[in-house]
Amino acid sequence: MSACLDIRDLSAVLPNGQRVLRSVSLAVQPGEVRALVGESGAGKTMIGKAVLGVLPSSVRIVEGDMLLEGEDLGKLQPKARRTLIGARTALIPQDPLTALNPSRRIGPQMTDRLVRILGWSGEKADQRIRQLLDEVQIRDPDRVLKNYPHELSGGMRQRVLIAAAFAAEPRLIVADEPTTALDVTVQKQILRLIAQLQREHGTAILFVTHDLGVVAKISQKVSVLYAGKVVEEAETAALFAAPQHPYTRALMAATPRYTDPFASLKPVDETVLAGLAAEIASADQAWGRPHG
Amino acid sequence: MDDGRISRHGSGAKLWLAGGWLLLALLAAIFAPLVAPQDPLAQDLMLERLPPFWMSGAEPGYWLGTDSLGRDLLSRLIFGARIAFIVAFAAATAACLVGSTLGLVAGYFGGWADRIISRIVDVWMAFPPVLFAILLVAVLGTGLSSVIIAIAVIDWTRFCRVIRAETMGQSRMDYVENARIAGYGRIGIMLREVLPNVVPSIVALLSLEMGIAVIVEAILSFVNLSISTDDPTWGGIIAEGRLSIHQAWWVLVFPLITLILTVLSFSQFGEGLKARFDPVLR
Amino acid sequence: MLLQRFLIRLLTMLVTLFGVAVVVFVVIRVAPGDPIAMMLPPGATDADIARLRALYGLDKTILQQFFIWLSGVVRGDFGTSISLRQDVLGLVFNRLPATLELAIVALIMAVTIGGTTAILGARERGTAVEAGIDIASGTALSIPDFLWGLVLILLFGVLIPVFDISGRVSPQLDLPFLTQFYLFESLLRLRFDLTWDLLKHMLMPAVALALPLAAIIAQLLKQSLKEVLDLDYVVLARVKGFSETQVILREALKNAALPTLTLVGVQFTFLIGGTVIVERLFSYEGLGNMAIDAVINRDLPLIQGIVLVFALLFVLINLVVDMMYALLNPRLRHG
Repeated sequence: MSACLDIRDLSAVLPNGQRVLRSVSLAVQPGEVRALVGESGAGKTMIGKAVLGVLPSSVRIVEGDMLLEGEDLGKLQPKARRTLIGARTALIPQDPLTALNPSRRIGPQMTDRLVRILGWSGEKADQRIRQLLDEVQIRDPDRVLKNYPHELSGGMRQRVLIAAAFAAEPRLIVADEPTTALDVTVQKQILRLIAQLQREHGTAILFVTHDLGVVAKISQKVSVLYAGKVVEEAETAALFAAPQHPYTRALMAATPRYTDPFASLKPVDETVLAGLAAEIASADQAWGRPHG
Repeated sequence: MDDGRISRHGSGAKLWLAGGWLLLALLAAIFAPLVAPQDPLAQDLMLERLPPFWMSGAEPGYWLGTDSLGRDLLSRLIFGARIAFIVAFAAATAACLVGSTLGLVAGYFGGWADRIISRIVDVWMAFPPVLFAILLVAVLGTGLSSVIIAIAVIDWTRFCRVIRAETMGQSRMDYVENARIAGYGRIGIMLREVLPNVVPSIVALLSLEMGIAVIVEAILSFVNLSISTDDPTWGGIIAEGRLSIHQAWWVLVFPLITLILTVLSFSQFGEGLKARFDPVLR
Repeated sequence: MLLQRFLIRLLTMLVTLFGVAVVVFVVIRVAPGDPIAMMLPPGATDADIARLRALYGLDKTILQQFFIWLSGVVRGDFGTSISLRQDVLGLVFNRLPATLELAIVALIMAVTIGGTTAILGARERGTAVEAGIDIASGTALSIPDFLWGLVLILLFGVLIPVFDISGRVSPQLDLPFLTQFYLFESLLRLRFDLTWDLLKHMLMPAVALALPLAAIIAQLLKQSLKEVLDLDYVVLARVKGFSETQVILREALKNAALPTLTLVGVQFTFLIGGTVIVERLFSYEGLGNMAIDAVINRDLPLIQGIVLVFALLFVLINLVVDMMYALLNPRLRHG
């Protein structure tokens, strides 16, 4: 069985030659939730954007392949690639406040992919959207579909965006820190919703987060990123039981635990960071380009 | 970072090109009697509608040809530059002094001062500016000072609007608050703290306004309402060229090129100066 | 809330118009020179002059004259033109349609050219195409309509004479029109031969008026499009599979257009102000051309009437733009 998403040796650089992704490889199996965890700036969002073909224009992919259900995205014409990505993937964005167009009603924003890209009839798309709104526990779909984004709360908007992401039955969803911008109380509900819909629809998710607590709740496998490099990859349970890489251990130590919120808060150790820097420098040397 | 560097590089080149043309035109205007090859007023019906120097039928000494009365076009353009620059400097400075002062007061003090000044600006903006200028010159009588007064009376609003908005922005900044806490008076703060920060905008607007003044003067003399009809003005030459466009295109083309270069230079020069003076951009 | 906003705007509008009336009245009355003396043949007696002065109300004090005139204006009576000996309002309404047609055609051109350029520039952001657009719009913006008019006269009136550069319509044509809106009426009557003739006359002055505005629209709309194109909902639309052009047209344009709209309103009044000299340049028989004649002839009632009509037009445009802004912005509409 071929992987849902297969990234091989992906490297990307900024105009000044600095590498933002360093030979990243990871495979997401169908129906699997893969967490991508790391500090801000580690390149985890960049990987999601690369898969979806929406990297900022300043970032250039210099090496590596991305296969979506066996199809090499790099070998497709831009238009065919866009259609393929549009049909098989979806994005649950970070900030529901900015992810909906303020001047368009919710309804058309949710159905436009189904109607205009996938060619569904308006009626079928409408039915589908209502079904999904029910699944994300929105009880008055008539009102919500007619609303403008500013008339909904942040949590409601994120539900709308989750419903829209699952509506076209994508094979892969990129969830880019989908709970970070929300209130703590809403975060849990949204996370539970995503997990529930993922189980019911069997969708693979690339779950980008900086929060190890979230990782433990939702994912089966984890990739730990540092400075654009995958430093550790493991089953979620195994990672939490026995983290192998010193950086992973440091990251865990720096994450508050509800049982003992103060004792475990430690900044990442200097020696770990120094070790990482050396590791990355040697990797870059092997790649044939000086660091920085 | 890269973008900033490139645009600053470009603005430097533009600044020099624009400044170069303006300097050339200014020198020609100042030393007009020395550099003009002919008497700009001398009519000679034997020499009417001579073409510029590279065409057959051209006369030496009449580089850009002559108009329908046989007057030398280059000399008229050079003497026209005198009037253009006098009007540009005087009218723009006057508009700038009035407009910037009112803008600074409205923006810094707010309240009633702002309300009254803004209302007056509204009224002024409801006039078609060219018609207003023509009306003013007709009322004041043709002549250099009328033209200058008319332009200043119309265009002070340009300074007022921009400077008011910028002053309002600056007044909300913490450094103004700090100066007030330190016990400085309101007018002192306005002049010492706020004014220097809006100077780059004033300089850019001033240069832009000089270009606009040159155009308005040209428009006024185009409709025969600027200086006395005998004096050579760029607009007057253009009016003459518009009439004889099918017989002597050069009478329109050369003043038009002169005007376009001058107007472009004034606006680019202003932008360039602003970029150079602006402490944030620098 | 919308109604309240509308009423406040209406009130300030009236204050502005009153201000315009006062200013123009005062400015004109300061004028040295006697308009009556110009009307009469040499050798007219003092009694003749006095009679005419009384006829035009010029023998009363300035304050009295102002209120007589103002009460007339409120009743729709703008007085009688001194040079043309006709009702001012009739003269103005006879010429206004020509100016409005010219301004509207110019506005449509400016929005079309400027909008297309902005969308192209936003799609090709960071490329040589965008750099070229920046240079072109910067130049178009710095050169005023008067100079563009002269350039166009040289290019398309003399060098490649494809357009007419003088008048509104070919004089030999028979015109079946009932209104003064020749262009719009020719379209309604399906007389496309006349439409073409009118357009051939109108195109050059309209382009001259449109170019600076098109440049402003191109610059501002491109800038706000580029800002909007980095927002999450636009990224989401790209992920959905929409092409960059679709993304710009469907998701970005409406939100980016709002700041441009406000500016276009102010700039449209500048464009109408520009018709005064551009009409003169192209001998186009509109209101502006008549205004210059009125000033040269010292036709006080006509000047007052024309200036007031221009001012009314300007404040109305600002009002419409303000209301459109409120309508297009869902936050204001519901908030």
